Amino acid sequence: MSENSSNELTVGQRFFRELTTGGTALTLLSILLAMLIGAVLIVVSDPDVQATAAYFFSRPTDTLLAIWESASSAYAAMFAGAVVDFDAASVGDALIPLADTLTYATPLIAAGLAVALAFRAGLLNIGAQGQIIIGATLAGFVGFGMDLPPVIHLGFAVLAGFLGGAIWGGIAGFIKAKTGAHEVIVTIMLNHIAALLLAYLLTTQLFRREGQAAPISPFVADSAALPSFFEGSRLHLGLFVALLAAGYSWWLLSRSTMGFRFKAVGHNPHAATTAGISVARSYTAVMFIGGGLAGIAGASQVLGTESYLSTSIAGELGFDAITVALLGRSSPIGTVAASLLFGALRAGAVTMQAQTGTPIDIVLVVQSLIVLFIAAPPLVRAVFRLKVRAASPMAPEVGGKTA
Amino acid sequence: MRTAAAVTTRPEESTDAQPAVALTRHWRTPIMFGVFGLLAFVVFGLLPDGGRESTFGLSLRDDVIQLAPISVPSKLAAVLLALVCLGIAAYAAWQTYLSRTVPLWLSITFGVAFVLAFLTWAVAGSEISLTSALQGTLALSVPLIFGALCGMMGERTGVINIAIEGQLLFGAFLSGVAASLVGNLWVGLIAAPIAGLAVAWVLAVFTVRYFVNQIIVGVVLNVLVIGVTNFLHSRLLSPMKDTWNSPGRFPRLEIPLLSEIPVIGPVLFHQTVIVYIMYVVVVLAHIALFRTRWGLRVRAVGEHPEAADTAGIQVNSVRFRNVLLGGALAGLGGSYFTLGAVGLFSQEMTAGAGFIALAAMIMGRWTPIGAVFAALLFGFANNLQSVLGIIGSPIPSEFMLMAPYLLTIFAVAGLVGRIRPPAFNGQPYIKS
Repeated sequence: MSENSSNELTVGQRFFRELTTGGTALTLLSILLAMLIGAVLIVVSDPDVQATAAYFFSRPTDTLLAIWESASSAYAAMFAGAVVDFDAASVGDALIPLADTLTYATPLIAAGLAVALAFRAGLLNIGAQGQIIIGATLAGFVGFGMDLPPVIHLGFAVLAGFLGGAIWGGIAGFIKAKTGAHEVIVTIMLNHIAALLLAYLLTTQLFRREGQAAPISPFVADSAALPSFFEGSRLHLGLFVALLAAGYSWWLLSRSTMGFRFKAVGHNPHAATTAGISVARSYTAVMFIGGGLAGIAGASQVLGTESYLSTSIAGELGFDAITVALLGRSSPIGTVAASLLFGALRAGAVTMQAQTGTPIDIVLVVQSLIVLFIAAPPLVRAVFRLKVRAASPMAPEVGGKTA
Repeated sequence: MRTAAAVTTRPEESTDAQPAVALTRHWRTPIMFGVFGLLAFVVFGLLPDGGRESTFGLSLRDDVIQLAPISVPSKLAAVLLALVCLGIAAYAAWQTYLSRTVPLWLSITFGVAFVLAFLTWAVAGSEISLTSALQGTLALSVPLIFGALCGMMGERTGVINIAIEGQLLFGAFLSGVAASLVGNLWVGLIAAPIAGLAVAWVLAVFTVRYFVNQIIVGVVLNVLVIGVTNFLHSRLLSPMKDTWNSPGRFPRLEIPLLSEIPVIGPVLFHQTVIVYIMYVVVVLAHIALFRTRWGLRVRAVGEHPEAADTAGIQVNSVRFRNVLLGGALAGLGGSYFTLGAVGLFSQEMTAGAGFIALAAMIMGRWTPIGAVFAALLFGFANNLQSVLGIIGSPIPSEFMLMAPYLLTIFAVAGLVGRIRPPAFNGQPYIKS
């Protein structure tokens, strides 16, 4: 068959190959292009710009100045809120933005890994959102509902978070493995079920904070809280847990037999089956482990950043996780880097909203545009008139590394 | 292998396996019917105390023909309805034994009987208005039906559309803004499909032209639309509400005679123009997909693009056009949120309807009629919390809201009926 080669690729692979044939320049240009379009959106919707545009032909400089002012002040505030605040009183204060960036990046790293791992096994894990929610629910419950000695309590709570996410991810993997049901559909549905389950639990005696009408849980006990270590920021130990998770994922993918199986299944399930690898078991395992990492992201949110459960505990993390994994090209190191970028965008956007009134949602626009541009290299190449690089088909990683 | 075969197995294999699949009997449907039937029999029929009555109001206050509310003994009615469910399960088992597939109408009848048994149990000892419950159901189902048709247009040609949510949301946004700026609701109604089309165009360019993974583009587009609409809402719609966000609503139109039919008349024929458009669209979609050359071509592209190509069909342009058509439908459905129901745009007002629409499309087995009934079922489950909220529901509302999602998982896992997506669903067609 003529298009046989394209048919043999699994869901993730085609996209993965498109990603890896691009290169760093493409990533940077995509980010630049996305920020530019974000700037256009900021400028166009700015009342000052609209006001000056009304008399554009009599005094065009006014409009141009307003445009520059609008875009530059927004992005300057974003930088100050994400990296270094030069107006701060002391060096420690100046670095608070950086700590905020790391705080936002923490859950993204863990949840991004959940998507990245599944991706390497040829599965699209759209279910990070649900896995985060269930992980946070269990971790939170251990955190405020149980009474344990200090260090053990924290360890147990994080473990509960891992298990919660792992079970939720494992369900999707198991259904996929046993029945062949499309994992995308199953995980989307499980996301909604998880959100409703948490909403229900927060109405019960067991989870509801006493004397509170709003559906929020009690604060987690101090013995189960992830301690913060940077004055003036919410940055907490969860960062290191997430980095550990990244290290583990790297080891899993490049040093372990199981990771080898995952990648083999991801590259070609039929070849993997022929080689004696159980595709079904790999699907279940990778979703279990990945879900667990997303659960750790949930645990980090409830035990560190938020310190109580609410229906918005997962925010949009699950969807950010997908974009993070895509931007990080499904490698653990790339995922960490992409999480830092998106964490910085988030942290910066909060300051930007406070200082210039630019709505925080611009981050969503920029994030999704980045991923769209990265996904379609021909588009970005056309925009910047880049030379088409000889698209060397990605060397099959499995064979390449072992042979 | 039967479900989502396109992803796990090579299509060549799944087509080879067809004869084998046709010969094996699938006992999952009768078994699931039996389990749910027994559940209804025990929980709704046997367990509750007897001697209570469930009362259903059949007329609204301003109906022309007033019907007295009917009261039924809760226990007896639930037992009888559960027996109907079990009877259908037995008939399904007999059909399966004869190696016949269980027809769609049987599944629909089962669903209706089960839901009625549930209702008589839940309402035991008090009264609800059946008519207003149905009205609420239809109101919640309209965007779902448009969304499901949108997904169907794409998937029938092999393009998975996860961006239904984004298309609904953008349709809602643009229809509200356009109607508000111009001061004419009809302008909003024209803007809505254009908005959906715009989102669909991006989807089509990326997936059909650049062969980017369909699901990823869909997920990203949803986020993009949420970002853009939230941003513009905070920047323009919220501070300058009078100019940007005050479209108003379409009036409800009464169709003479038809709207006087008891119970269903006021539900079906006292609606806004968007709902009437929906009736037409559903019928047209059904005829077009299954009775015209166009439909045959569309289905051929989804089932076997290479054969379609050999027969002279431009596979990728059929896909491109269908994704656009679907987008226009979803955009139109989005206008129901702003111009039909609420009267203004609010942030993320579609609230996951696009995903329930996706579920409805799957449950409806990629057919317009099936999708309508699935959407009605999901709309009913969604609406139940407000109906039962007044008399106190025996089940927490969160669990009733879960029903569509749980059912869909059962469905794709092959537990409820045989569900088979178009064979080349989700696969790009790269002509060599």
